[in-house]
Amino acid sequence: MAETTSQIDRIAARAAKATPVAVASRVRGLSDKAIAWLFIGPTIVLLLAINIFPLIWTVYLSFTDYKANRLTRPAEFIGLRNYERVLTDSDIWHTLQVTARFLCWTMALQVILGFGLAWLINKQFKGHGFWTTVILLPMMLSPAVVGNFWTFLYQPQIGLFNYAISFFTGIPPSSFQMIGDVNLAPWAIVIVDTWMWTPYIMLIVLAGLRSIPDYIYEAAEVDRASQWRQFWSITVPMVLPFLMLAVLFRAIENFKMFDLVVELTSGGPGSVTELASINLKREAFEKWRTGYSSAFAIILFVTVFGAASIYVKALNAVKQR
Amino acid sequence: MSATTAHSVVEPSRWTKRIATLVVILYAAITIVPLVWILMTGFKTPPDSISYPPKVVFEPTLEGYVNLFTTRTRQTPEYMATLPPPETWYDELVRSRDMVIAGPSRFGQRFMNSVIIGFGSTFLSVFLGTLAAYAFSRFKVPLKDDLMFFILSTRMMPPIAVAIPIFLMYRTVGLSDTHLGMILLYTAVNISLAVWLLKGFIDEIPREYEEAALIDGYTRLQAFIKVVLPQAATGIAATAIFCLIFSWNEYAFALLLTSGTAQTAPPFIPTIIGEGGLDWPAVAAGATLFLIPIVVFTILLRKHLLRGITFGAVRK
Repeated sequence: MAETTSQIDRIAARAAKATPVAVASRVRGLSDKAIAWLFIGPTIVLLLAINIFPLIWTVYLSFTDYKANRLTRPAEFIGLRNYERVLTDSDIWHTLQVTARFLCWTMALQVILGFGLAWLINKQFKGHGFWTTVILLPMMLSPAVVGNFWTFLYQPQIGLFNYAISFFTGIPPSSFQMIGDVNLAPWAIVIVDTWMWTPYIMLIVLAGLRSIPDYIYEAAEVDRASQWRQFWSITVPMVLPFLMLAVLFRAIENFKMFDLVVELTSGGPGSVTELASINLKREAFEKWRTGYSSAFAIILFVTVFGAASIYVKALNAVKQR
Repeated sequence: MSATTAHSVVEPSRWTKRIATLVVILYAAITIVPLVWILMTGFKTPPDSISYPPKVVFEPTLEGYVNLFTTRTRQTPEYMATLPPPETWYDELVRSRDMVIAGPSRFGQRFMNSVIIGFGSTFLSVFLGTLAAYAFSRFKVPLKDDLMFFILSTRMMPPIAVAIPIFLMYRTVGLSDTHLGMILLYTAVNISLAVWLLKGFIDEIPREYEEAALIDGYTRLQAFIKVVLPQAATGIAATAIFCLIFSWNEYAFALLLTSGTAQTAPPFIPTIIGEGGLDWPAVAAGATLFLIPIVVFTILLRKHLLRGITFGAVRK
C-alpha cells in the first residue's frame, strides 16, 4: 500500500515538474525534437557528404571537359556539349541496346522460373523449407567471385557446363565457347544472372502466394470454378503486386549490373556484352573522359529514376484494385 | 500450413505434391552444382582440376589452399637436393612439385581487409541506422516521407557513376585506398538499407512499452536504450548481417578505389595466378573460404531474408 502511494507521489511530482516546457527539457534531458534531429542528423550528413555532394559534383563535371588523369589542366566549361556527344554516340546506343536485351531476357526467365518454383514450393511438400534454402544460396554470394568461377565452368574443353551440355545433347564440348563466341556470350551472362537471381523473384512471389487466404479458394471451389480459372482469377491477380515489386528491385539492380558481368566476360567479345555500367567504367577509368562519362552517368541515373517512378505509380494502381 | 483437414479443397493432392517435390529438388540440385564444384575444385591438384572428362572422384589434396596462402618459386633438382629436409607438411607438398615456398601470398591480408572494412562499415551503418530509424519511427519529423525516399533513392545510382567524383574527392582528401575511406563509403551505401529495415522492426515494437518507461521516470534516451534496443535486438542483428553481406560482396568500388593497402578479397580472388595461367584450385580455395561465412549467415538469416532483400517492403 505504502509503495503505491509513493509511486503516485512520484508520478504527481513528475507531472508537476513536466508542466513548464523549458524546465522539463532541462530536467528530463533533451526534448523529443532535439533527439529526433540528433538521431537523424549524422545519417543525413553522411549521405550528403558521400552521396549528394558527389552527385552534384558529377552534374558539374558533366558540363566540363575535365579529364581526371590530367591534374594540371583546369576544367573548362563546355555547356551541354557532353550530353550532345553522349546522345549521338553510336557506342552508347549500342551499350543501351545490350543492357535492354539483358534486362528483358533475365527478367522474363526469372519471372517464369521464379513464379513456377514458388508455386511448386507453396504446395507445402515435405522438406520444402530445406530445398528453398538451398535454392536461395546463390543470390547471397559475391557476384564477382562467383562470376569469376563461372568462367571456369564455361571453359570449352574442361568446363563442367560444356561437359553437361555435351553429355545431354551429344554436341562435342570443345565445339562451342560460351564466353568467346559473339552469339553465345550474351546468353552466357543471362544464364548466370538467372541462376543467381531467380531465387529472389521466387522468395517474394512465395510471400505473395502465402498471403492469399485459403477461404478465397474454398469459396471458388463452392462456386465450382475450375483450377485454371482459380489460378487466373485468384492466384495471379493477388500475387501480381508482389511480383511487380520483385521485378522493380531486380530491374534496377540489373540495369546497374557490373560485377558479375565484368568478371564473366568484361564486356566482350568485342562489345557484345558491354552493359551500360561496363561502358561507363571504360569511359571514366580507362579512357579518363571524366566530363563525358559524368554526362552519361547523369543520363543513366535520370533514366532509372524516371522509369522507377512511373513503375511505382503502376504498382500502386495494381495494389489499389 | 494452415488449419486444413485432409479433405480440404485447398490441400494439394498427393500426386501434385510428388511432382512439386521432384521438380524443386531437381532445380535445387542444378543450382547447387556450381557451388559444390567450387568446393571440390579447391581440393584438387591443378592437373585434376582441368582434366577431361571433369573428375568427380579424385584424391583430395590441400595443394590449392597451400598455393592460395603462399608464393612459390620453381627450383632445379640440384638445388632441391641441397636443401635440408622439409619441416612442415606444406613445405613437403610444395617441394614435391619442385618448388620452394618464397613467402606468404597477399590473400591473408586481402581477407583481413574484407573483415576490417566489413565489420567497420556494418557497425557504423547499424549504429547510425538505428538512431535514424528510431527517430523516423517515433517522432514527428518534418518531410518524413520525403527524407525516407531520399535515403532510398541514393541506391538507384550506378556505383560507377558515384565512383567518379568519390575517386576525385578521396584523392583530394587523402582517403583513396584507405580502410577508413572504404568504411565510410560502404556505410553510406548500407545506411539506406539499415534505416528502412530497422524502421520496420522498430515500428513493430508497441509504443506502450516506452510510454510506460517514460511514466516510470526514464528519460527518452534511457527509454530508447533500456526498452527499445533490447526489443529490437533481433531486427538489429538481422540488419547487421545484411549490411555485412553487402560490404563483403561489394566489388565495383573496391576495384576502382583500392589497389593495395585497402583492397578487399572480391577484386583480388580473380587475380590469383599460378604457373601457366590461372591456378583454379587456388582460386576455388579462395572462393570457398570467402563464400562459406555467407552461406552460414544465409542459413541463420533465412526467416528475415525476405525483409532484407526488399528493404522491409515485404514482411511475412
